[in-house]
Amino acid sequence: MVKINVNGIDHSFDGDPSMPLLWYLRDVLGLTGTKFGCGIALCGACTVHSNGEAIRSCITPLSAAAGSKIRTIEDVGANGLHPVQKAWIEVNAPQCGYCQSGQIMQAIALLKSKPHPTDQDIEDGMAGNICRCGTYQRIRAAIKLAAEKSA
Amino acid sequence: MRSIENVSRRGFLKGVAGTGAFVLAVRYVPPILSHHPAPDGQTEADRAPLHPNAFVGIETDGTVHIVAHRSEMGTAIRTTLPLVVADELDADWNRVKIDQAIGDKRYGDQNTDGSHSVRSFFDTMRECGASARWMLVQAAAQKWNVPASECSTAPHTVVHAKSGRKLGYGELASAAARLDVPKKEQLTFKKPAEWRYIGKGETSYDLEKLCTGKAIYGIDAKIEGMVYASIEHPPVYGGKVKSYDEQEALKVSGVHQTMLIDPFKPPAAFQPLGGVAVLADNTWAAFQGRKKLKITWDNGANEGYDSAEYKKELQETARKPAKVIRSVGDANAALAAASGSNVVEAEYYVPLLAHAPMEPMVALAEFKDGKATIWAPTQNPQAVQAIVSTELGIPKEDVICNVTLLGGGFGRKSKPDYVAEAAVLSKKVGRPVKVMWTREDDIKFDYYNAVAGMYFKAAVDAKGKPTTWLQRSVFPPITSIFDVNAVYGDPPHLAQGWTDMPYDLPNLSIENGPAKAHVRIGWLRSVANIYHGFGIQCFTDELAHRAHRDPYEYLLDLIGPARTIDFKNVEYPNYGASLETYPWETGRLRHVTEVVAEKSGWAKKKSVKGHGFGIAAHKSFLTYVATVVEVEVNDQGEIRIPRVDTAVDAGLIANPEITRAQFEGAAVFGTSIVRTGEITAKNGVIQQSNFNDYPVARINEAPRQTNVYLVESSAPPAGVGEPGVPPFVAAFCNAIYAATGKRVRNLPLSSSGLFG
Repeated sequence: MVKINVNGIDHSFDGDPSMPLLWYLRDVLGLTGTKFGCGIALCGACTVHSNGEAIRSCITPLSAAAGSKIRTIEDVGANGLHPVQKAWIEVNAPQCGYCQSGQIMQAIALLKSKPHPTDQDIEDGMAGNICRCGTYQRIRAAIKLAAEKSA
Repeated sequence: MRSIENVSRRGFLKGVAGTGAFVLAVRYVPPILSHHPAPDGQTEADRAPLHPNAFVGIETDGTVHIVAHRSEMGTAIRTTLPLVVADELDADWNRVKIDQAIGDKRYGDQNTDGSHSVRSFFDTMRECGASARWMLVQAAAQKWNVPASECSTAPHTVVHAKSGRKLGYGELASAAARLDVPKKEQLTFKKPAEWRYIGKGETSYDLEKLCTGKAIYGIDAKIEGMVYASIEHPPVYGGKVKSYDEQEALKVSGVHQTMLIDPFKPPAAFQPLGGVAVLADNTWAAFQGRKKLKITWDNGANEGYDSAEYKKELQETARKPAKVIRSVGDANAALAAASGSNVVEAEYYVPLLAHAPMEPMVALAEFKDGKATIWAPTQNPQAVQAIVSTELGIPKEDVICNVTLLGGGFGRKSKPDYVAEAAVLSKKVGRPVKVMWTREDDIKFDYYNAVAGMYFKAAVDAKGKPTTWLQRSVFPPITSIFDVNAVYGDPPHLAQGWTDMPYDLPNLSIENGPAKAHVRIGWLRSVANIYHGFGIQCFTDELAHRAHRDPYEYLLDLIGPARTIDFKNVEYPNYGASLETYPWETGRLRHVTEVVAEKSGWAKKKSVKGHGFGIAAHKSFLTYVATVVEVEVNDQGEIRIPRVDTAVDAGLIANPEITRAQFEGAAVFGTSIVRTGEITAKNGVIQQSNFNDYPVARINEAPRQTNVYLVESSAPPAGVGEPGVPPFVAAFCNAIYAATGKRVRNLPLSSSGLFG
């Protein structure tokens, strides 16, 4: 039995503890905002927060996530849009949008450690998140805007 | 309960008899105004009291429903076409709700590919909006007992200025619904100066949902009782299962059963590839079970396919005279007469490319009571109807295809093999089945953009300008998925930047040689323009440098004075558009080239070692584009792209901000192609599998800044999703040459051997 806290709610799961957090979130809890892109932590579409840190849920077995506080995109905007989401909307960042949950979760974590990131900080912090539509220019602008607004 | 959001409600189709024909170039646009909506209604628009055509419905509370019949994969087409309707209807965009259409031929063509959605449907959307507006105005005029000619509209309101009376669209909906739908001749349209949305644009209707995780993609579709499936496909194209052992797979917790899927009967088209499916309680269990399958394969005829050998064969073919597609003068005689020092030859090569949209292939199907209901991220729901109907042996009208949002498409999701898999499995197991491909499946079982070998030969005059130009391309054609014997390029794909090589030269020979396909070939964003634009625009740059001339001025010189290219006696399908409405005007290519040079400050920028600028111009999908790329290359051979400038003449642009985003994205897409885009095969097996060995551009590798300049144009609308890729690819490679002196003739850079 794995005990896990997701978006402030305690859950217990008696299935396969090696199941990655991603599939638990999506298939068991029905939290589909977190996406599957590669399954081996190369694209960042599955990014969620574990105790405030960005992690790749596709390679995090439930057993490793047990006891952590997991936060997903669904919780981020639950009580009104997060400043990062507002910035994303303001610069019209998404195209297909599929990777953007992961991008936003990664950006929130980046801004927590670097509230005023340089271009290099943004590249270092976001290089693990692929956007095949190629919205990087707007992602960069959105992160800078969010940083500016919270200054 | 069916927990599906944002997909059309299920309904029943009546009297739909489709055609199975696959048509590349000609798209059907329905005669909207003679159309009578289905009485039982599939969409909110159909069910609204006032529904003058298949695309519009108005409620008595003023809510306007507009049907989006094209698929949303990031181009905001689900927003832009409804926006055109809203403009002619004079609706308040904030009171518009968008209804996603199921696959149904009453909407006309729904294959969201070829960058033609706005071009093909702009007029139709205007008619849909204008006809609803006409009825609302008539209804108001009758109520007020005044001539309709005295009435006008303000957003969502009919106004009688003389008396100062107003009525909202909602208040008029019921009365308007009793009127006859007007004929096209009765309609009046806004003048462009009166447009409220067209040309100004709006961000995506789904924007907030896209940023909050609430948007529903194919991967998010879920219905009660569904099982999850993962399929082990034959590793070699055309292979099949000889035997398999399911014992260990069935021991995996959550796995229910395995199921054999038959191999396709050639030609492959959109049939399932075949293989063994593992069905389970959840995705993870299906993946785990699949790993435990023990399968013996019969690899079939493509077992010997080796992409390195194949490359040599392509290049060998490209050196030999081939089928002439278009010619001017006598290139062969002129080349034979030219002296050796004035003759320049070069060979270019682009490998197979995979689409790799962020959402891998996925589909949910339920076969029940002889009918199939589908939820899928598909670019072509009518192709889904066709293949599911064939695979299940049921009428096409008994296939309901709900279209979810797409997590990227780039052409891959026009080919519904993965949807057919879900339907076949659902019929076999009697439950709803969701098929989920892994990234490895996606990379290994794609419909790849064709590998292409190109050969160029030019004879130049004393100033280094060509007097004779021969170009020959060889690539396995897309038509090979529909005809196993197809080896030559088909006219629509040869027309993509090859038949229409725009230079005005006295001797020209445009040729195409044969190549057999050993994998599924399919269209990928920009398609044949990728390799054709790369070859022509980089060879042009080679000649410019050889002549010690500025590449920009040289390019203008070759494009020549403004003229309309004459395609008399040449098969040139022009992307399915008429040459009368969409002539090939070299003056427009010239103009975007001049604009991009000016905006990028070309004249002031001199390339030096490690820092270079490249330029290229290419027309595709009826849109003229020129691009300047700036690169920095350090001593380690690491390449960065600080800036890209792109000038675009796409005729009338309905949604400028979205258009800019498409060209920004195209530069990133092109970056992936140039840096690392390559699919290879050994013993018939694709060697790449995921983003480790098929890398795509990341934020640190993509252009830092792409500036897009939209040229004002009175021409009719053309494409914007694809045309940005080809000139970027060439300009990037030309910039690398300017910075390093290394000519990129073989893509990608990662295996060119030029940089470490």
